[in-house]
Order: sequence, then C-alpha cells, then structure tokens
Amino acid sequence: MQEDLALRGARYIRRRTFDWIAEVGRVAMLLGDVFRFGMPGLRSFGLVVQQMSSIGVGSLWLVFVVSLFTGAVAAVQAAYQFSTVVPLKYLGAVILRSVIIELGPVLTALVVGGRVGASIAAELGTMKVTEQIDALRAMAINPVRYLVVPRVVAAIVMLPVVTVFANAIAIFGGYVVAVTSIGVSTHTYVLGLKQFFYLKDLYSGLLKAVFFGGIIGTMGCYYGFATEGGAEGVGHATTRAVVASCVLVLISDYVLANVLFRFIFAS
Amino acid sequence: MIRIRGLKKRLGSKQVLDGVDLEIRTGESVVVMGRSGTGKSVLLKHVIGLMAPDEGSIEVDGQEIVGIKETELNQVRKRFGMLFQGAALFDSLTVGENVGLALREHLRLPEDRIRARVAERLSWVGLSGVEDMKPASLSGGMRKRVGLARAIAMDPQFILYDEPTTGLDPIMADVIDQLIRSLQRKLGVTTVVVTHDMVSAYKLADRLAMLHDGQMVFVGTPEETRGTPNPLVRQFVEGSSQGPIAV
Repeated sequence: MQEDLALRGARYIRRRTFDWIAEVGRVAMLLGDVFRFGMPGLRSFGLVVQQMSSIGVGSLWLVFVVSLFTGAVAAVQAAYQFSTVVPLKYLGAVILRSVIIELGPVLTALVVGGRVGASIAAELGTMKVTEQIDALRAMAINPVRYLVVPRVVAAIVMLPVVTVFANAIAIFGGYVVAVTSIGVSTHTYVLGLKQFFYLKDLYSGLLKAVFFGGIIGTMGCYYGFATEGGAEGVGHATTRAVVASCVLVLISDYVLANVLFRFIFAS
Repeated sequence: MIRIRGLKKRLGSKQVLDGVDLEIRTGESVVVMGRSGTGKSVLLKHVIGLMAPDEGSIEVDGQEIVGIKETELNQVRKRFGMLFQGAALFDSLTVGENVGLALREHLRLPEDRIRARVAERLSWVGLSGVEDMKPASLSGGMRKRVGLARAIAMDPQFILYDEPTTGLDPIMADVIDQLIRSLQRKLGVTTVVVTHDMVSAYKLADRLAMLHDGQMVFVGTPEETRGTPNPLVRQFVEGSSQGPIAV
C-alpha cells in the first residue's frame, strides 16, 4: 500500500516536471516567434500605440495610488527604524534609493502585472475559445505578429515609463509624510534626494522594468493562447497569467539585482 | 479542386478522422453532414490548414498543403474564405474593420477603395450602413452575415462554412442559405458546407457527403441521398433515433 502510494507520488512528480519543462519550451517558442515577427509586427504601429495606451495610460491611476502610499509607508518605516541611530536628514535619500532601485520597479510590475497580465490573458483567451484566433489564421494573418508582438512591445516600452511616474509619486508620498508628520523640513528632504541621487540607480531600476514588461506581456499572451474550454478556461488562464507574471517578476528581480549590482554597476 | 485522401486525426483518446477520402470539384457545392461530434468541423479546419493531420493528404488545385511551411500555407489561405460557427468576429473591431481586415493586411489598396469594397460586400449580404457598429450589438443572423461578408472580402476561390445556420430561426436560416447559394453562383466559388441541418443541406448541396465514425460513408447528389438504401444515411436524413447509428 505504502509502495503503491510512493509510486504514484513519484509518477505525479515526474509528470509535473515534464509538464513544467514542456511549458518552459512552449514559452521559449512563443518568445522565438515574437523575435521572428518583431519587425513585421511593428509595421502595424497603430496596434502598438493602442496597446501602449491600454497598458500604460490605463494603469496610471492604480499605479498613482499604490506609489503614493508606498512612499508614505517607506517614510514612516524609515523614520521608525532610524530612531536615534540615523539622523533624519538621510530620510529623503533612503526613500529615494529604495524607491528607484527596488520599490518603484517591482511594485509597479506587480500592480501592472496583475492588471495587464489578467487583461491580456482574458482577451486572448476569449479570442481563442470563440475561434477568433483561428479566424485570423484562416485569413492568413499571423496571430503572433498581429496580437502578441504589439502587446509585448507595448509592455516593454510602457513599464519603464510607468515606473518613472511611480518613482516620482512615491518620492512625493514620502515627502508629504516626512514634512507633515515626521517633522523633516522640505529643504532637508530635498537635500537628501540631491546628495544621494545616482544615475546608475535610476538606470538599474528602469532596466529591471524593461525585463518585467517583457515578462508581463509574454505571460499574458502565452496563457491567453494556451486557453482551452470555455469561460472556465479563460478564468484559469487569467489566474495563471497573473501568478506566473508575479512569480517571474520576483525571481528575475533577484537575478537582475545580482547581475546589475555585482557586475554592471558594481563600482 | 480540393482532394482529401486517407485523412486521419486523433484528438486525445478519440480517433476523430479515420481515413477520410473526399473530392470537391471546382465550382461545386458539397455539404458534409453528420452527427454532432463526428469531426465535421475538424475536417474543415484541416482543409484550410488550421489543424495538421496525423496521416493523409489534402491537395488544393494540385498543391499539397499538408506539411508545407506556414508562409506557403498563408498563400493558399488567401484563396479561401471561411465562415465560423459563431462567426468569430473580432470584438474589438467595428463591423467595417472586421470585413476590411484582410484587405488592409494583404493588399496595398488606398483607404477609399477598401471602404468601397467593404460597403459593397456588406451590401451583398444585405447589411448596408452597419460599418461603424460593434459585433456585440448585432443579432445572431447579422453576425453570420457580417462573417460571410468578411469571408468574401478577398474574392476567394473557395469558401468554407462551419454550421452556417446553427442557432438561427428558420427564416434567417433560409436567408443565409440563399446568400450562400447566390454567392456561389455570383462568384463561381467552390463551396464546402458542414452542417447537420438537413433542410439547409438539401438547399445548398450539389453533392452531399456523410461523415460517420471518422469516415465518409456516403457521397451523392441530393436525389441519390433521398433514394439511398444506406441505413446510416437514411437514419440521419430521417432524424430517427432507431437504427445503426448508436445514440
């Protein structure tokens, strides 16, 4: 009985491992197609602009609220941890660097990943189950070129743009809290920002945002295209796209942090 | 001419197509009938290269399309139009954009000529002036007619219809049947219709073919179909639950 259970467990693990490897392979093939059809896809510039608006402009309000409170919380937490150990004149600097290196890109990616990843997967998933993607192929229109390339390119372009906006709002949120409830003057806060602003910090954050944009766009499209069944399938695809985007954003954040701060911007 | 030989396709554990043979001559209208789930739509998707068979061959005017590159397949697809079961209109586009999509993608025509062609094709299906409407605001019959206008936008030589009258009331079904017949005569296109609606089948067919258990068990004219002794065809045509087709 125990042996039987162990055997079933081993088979399950083997099946899941193979499924996972196959899934990675399919994502890689989709990415290959995105590169292959990248230039022809950009020919339809209107589609890219449409997606840029949907992904970028459409996310601004959500990013605004999240960033404002992220900056505010960062100010409260930093002030609490500084206590008597670190002078409050460094408050602006700490908020600035934590926001532009880490909080801005990652939180923006998670928020946009949730919103946009779900939206792309649901839209393409619905197109799949209602035969709209088959209809495109029947009309000799490549669905990767027509649907995937504009979304992935728009996500790659717009995520850094939204991240810059998020950084600014978060720093402003930190400023409001620092001045109104912690007692730091505007001059001190701004001085901290100026003294500890390094361009490489901004670049590293924006470079991360480029990768995160690629992940969000690709995962949304992949799970949308992989949708099977009806409404239930679309629901599954949406959930999986969001989960995969968020997990991959966090994993790639770790990898990129190592590459950027140990090698590229090490000095 | 479309020539299908020994076509086999397994989906999961089910052998959906098990050696299908069928010839569709240039300019004729062939109706493929059969029970739901017998693989009629799967057969149609193989003809336009949306699905690849496990075995067998499909020739379009002598050109083998099984196993060819996607770019070559796209050249073949440009000669086809297809009306999907649910019309498969693109929700995010207007009716006019739906009908004109292939024109904008494949032909370098000035915008006014594209608009004129779209208006003309919509008028052929009796839907003038609906270019700016969204598919969501159309009725089932209108959606099918827009799908039909989209299918004929590129002046195809072959048109495939997947259950064109399913879900429509009998009067609208007759409108669609007449449209299909008139377009076939007007454009001289080769037509393949998949349906289980026998009223439509008799109206549309030059020849009828019956798919059962993954094989073509009958091919004949409407007269031959009415008089056939084949028990499978008789049971299906008469719509009887008693007979060799297990329910």
